[in-house]
Amino acid sequence: MSIDLAQFHQVFFEESFEGLDAMETGLLDLDTGDVESEEINTIFRAAHSIKGGAGTFGFMEVSNFTHVMETLLDEMRDGRRQVTQPTVDVLLDSVDFLREMLTAIQDDEEIDKERMAQCQDALNQELNGDVSSAADATTEQTEIETTQKTDQPKGWQIVFCPHESLMQSGNDPVRILRELEMLGDLTVEVDYQGLPSLYDMDPEACYLSWDLRLEGDVSREDIDDIFAWVEDDCDMAIRPIGEQAPAVENIIADDVVHNDAPDLQLVRDNIQSASAPQAPAENTKPAKKESASSKEKKANTGSSSIRVDTDKIDTLINMVGELVITQSMLSLLGDNFEVDKVDQLKTGLVQLERHTRELQESVMNIRMLPISFVFSRFPRLVHDLSSKLGKQIELKLSGEHTEVDKTVIELLSDPLVHLVRNSLDHGVEMPDVRVAAGKPAMGTVHLNAFHRGGNIVIEISDDGKGLDAEMLRGKAIEKGLIDETTNLTEKQCFELIFMAGFSTAAELSDISGRGVGMDVVRRNIQSLGGSIEIRSELGKGSTIAIHLPLTLAILDGQSIAVGDETYIVPLVSIIESVNLTPDMINRVIGKGETFRLREEYLPIVRMHEIFGIGSAKATSLTEGLVVVVEGQGNRCGLFVDDLLGQQQVVIKSLEANYRRAEGVSGATILGDGSVALILDIPGLLRLSNQHQPGMVVNN
Amino acid sequence: MAVAVQKNQQNQGSDAEQGKSLNLSQYLTFILGKEEYGVDILRVQEIRSWEPVSRIPNVPHYEKGVINLRGAIVPIIDLRDRFSLGHADYTPITAVIVLQTKSQGKTRVMGVVVDTVSEVVDVDKSEIQASPDFGAKVSTEYIAGLCANNDRMIMLLDVDKLLSLDDGGESDDGR
Repeated sequence: MSIDLAQFHQVFFEESFEGLDAMETGLLDLDTGDVESEEINTIFRAAHSIKGGAGTFGFMEVSNFTHVMETLLDEMRDGRRQVTQPTVDVLLDSVDFLREMLTAIQDDEEIDKERMAQCQDALNQELNGDVSSAADATTEQTEIETTQKTDQPKGWQIVFCPHESLMQSGNDPVRILRELEMLGDLTVEVDYQGLPSLYDMDPEACYLSWDLRLEGDVSREDIDDIFAWVEDDCDMAIRPIGEQAPAVENIIADDVVHNDAPDLQLVRDNIQSASAPQAPAENTKPAKKESASSKEKKANTGSSSIRVDTDKIDTLINMVGELVITQSMLSLLGDNFEVDKVDQLKTGLVQLERHTRELQESVMNIRMLPISFVFSRFPRLVHDLSSKLGKQIELKLSGEHTEVDKTVIELLSDPLVHLVRNSLDHGVEMPDVRVAAGKPAMGTVHLNAFHRGGNIVIEISDDGKGLDAEMLRGKAIEKGLIDETTNLTEKQCFELIFMAGFSTAAELSDISGRGVGMDVVRRNIQSLGGSIEIRSELGKGSTIAIHLPLTLAILDGQSIAVGDETYIVPLVSIIESVNLTPDMINRVIGKGETFRLREEYLPIVRMHEIFGIGSAKATSLTEGLVVVVEGQGNRCGLFVDDLLGQQQVVIKSLEANYRRAEGVSGATILGDGSVALILDIPGLLRLSNQHQPGMVVNN
Repeated sequence: MAVAVQKNQQNQGSDAEQGKSLNLSQYLTFILGKEEYGVDILRVQEIRSWEPVSRIPNVPHYEKGVINLRGAIVPIIDLRDRFSLGHADYTPITAVIVLQTKSQGKTRVMGVVVDTVSEVVDVDKSEIQASPDFGAKVSTEYIAGLCANNDRMIMLLDVDKLLSLDDGGESDDGR
């Protein structure tokens, strides 16, 4: 029976990375001093399944390394060890290293042995240093194990006492025995004393225990491999043949397995640390930085698969069923169609339309992931950075369950990291400065995500020093980015930080301040079809808000007609449509046309003028319609001939074969096969602003 | 030793060049006004008849607009307008040649409007003559070369240069 395990590797890596994330989150929560056994259990379980998985797939370095971590965690779980900051830091570092190891294996690269030795040393120091009694016990056993290592035993005596719940975890003792048999000559003695009477017996419980004698040249790792999955659900002891085999009762009292197994590990570590130069503890610091960069590398490659709720798939399958029924109904109708069946046909088509729409929505839904996928990396980032910067910063997350398209999530994470770093580095002040300014010493950075209209909004706000508009302006003049005579509003001053080559940090740090970045952030966000805006109050803090479309593939659109041409306006940017009467229209300095909508004067953008459409039917403002649209906080009235209808449109890229066109965000194919352009309202507003002076020159 | 090998390769190279004189490449020719042009046939994806396009606002006049080519949005460029040969009305024999261009490692698909498609000719590579230099008077940057076919001159076009809209297009855009 040989299964190609390689096909499961991808799944293993994904699960392991998820497990590592869980461990990291758990460890960071421990960090706050609030020790809950459930937290440690979560971390422990994650480490355990990584170990098990790695063992199964033969990644021995990973499984051995995780084992040491697991031992440490187990002691914490049992309350035999205090949770201290250094321990947590060592564990966090180990999590980083595990991630590096897994990435290396995934990319078929060599594992950094030196780093492994360092991490293991740090772990072992934790293991041995604090709990002296445990250390005594282990050294004693180490000696025994050392002899085993040099003098390979002829076989093993294994006492295997599964808990009653073993089979509920999907493990089968018979399978384990069968696998052991493949390693060597196996003698099995079963102990059925625990077996209740037939009447009391639960068929799903395991009552038996085994006394196994495995003869032959078998390594301890191979045996550990086999038991990797059941370690949690049984008591067991493994001893080389020739030693006194302890009685089953003793073993249970000892709770051997977790103390027992790492001994071998210790031996190996001792050997390794003897051969490798002793790594001082400080060495872990640069390594940590390395890990941060490798982490980013990982994020860039991204996972190519996606995990989907079973519920979502069930809905999808239901929908497809409905669709098939509708289809067969329609085809039956088409086989012998008569005019009097037109009503039936119409109902069928309506159903078809509904199903298509629902199907489309649920397919889109599959691509939706909660934003917590991005947010989850920030606690660690803030933890590391704030201690590095010597600042006290609390990170608040809200709206983690807001769902966003997977593509958006992948492309969003780098810009967000950058913005959060900026907030930490430039925004929040040092504790003494904060106290002097009458603020609590602990700064707050708040990450918030929510839906607004068809957009998702992500806000990064801090209660730091805020942006100084005058200072920004001065800096921009100094750097020659703007002219001294340029008049800028406060908002425009804030926008300056998005210009390339603009940095306000007095000195460079490796966190931020190089002046590249914010422009890249904005470009990334804009390439996703989103926008970014800054609100800031000097001394009180600043908020950066990112607006993104929910999905990149389909949007609800309103078709409008201008002359012979049809354009699509995204429904989300439309506020209302009005028919103008002459008394509503005003002119500013004889030129700029505005109209009064309730209490507000809005500029009018004539579509046929800015797009140069000659065939427009309505040229006088009272003849056509004005569609009130909003883009990036600005409103205007779009003057068009007529409204056609609302429909969902599939967004096609213009850039694939062509290039970007100002005022147009993409194209779509209408029902009759012709192409209609989708308007980009903010771009259109920019275009109309450029257009007005241009017209004067031409005239 | 190494020198000898190199010499060998050089010999082979010149042999290959001599052999190449027999190599023919095929060009699809088309008519614009009274002139005949040719494009590498391997770049031609298909030939269609003219159909109405959806106009793109605020682009150079020779970029006619976009069409739906089996789900892809494909721009259409009028070569008469591009070369300033005077505009001709579109008739049923007006053809659109759909070409593949490569720029920055990306393949794009574009259509060019021509008066009519003429024929496929075999052109001997050695007979392709570089385009004469007219200075700034006539822009010849997208002409890969000239060749004769039955006493008619065919201008062979460099498809990639011709259709690189990002640089050429936008600089022409200046109002």
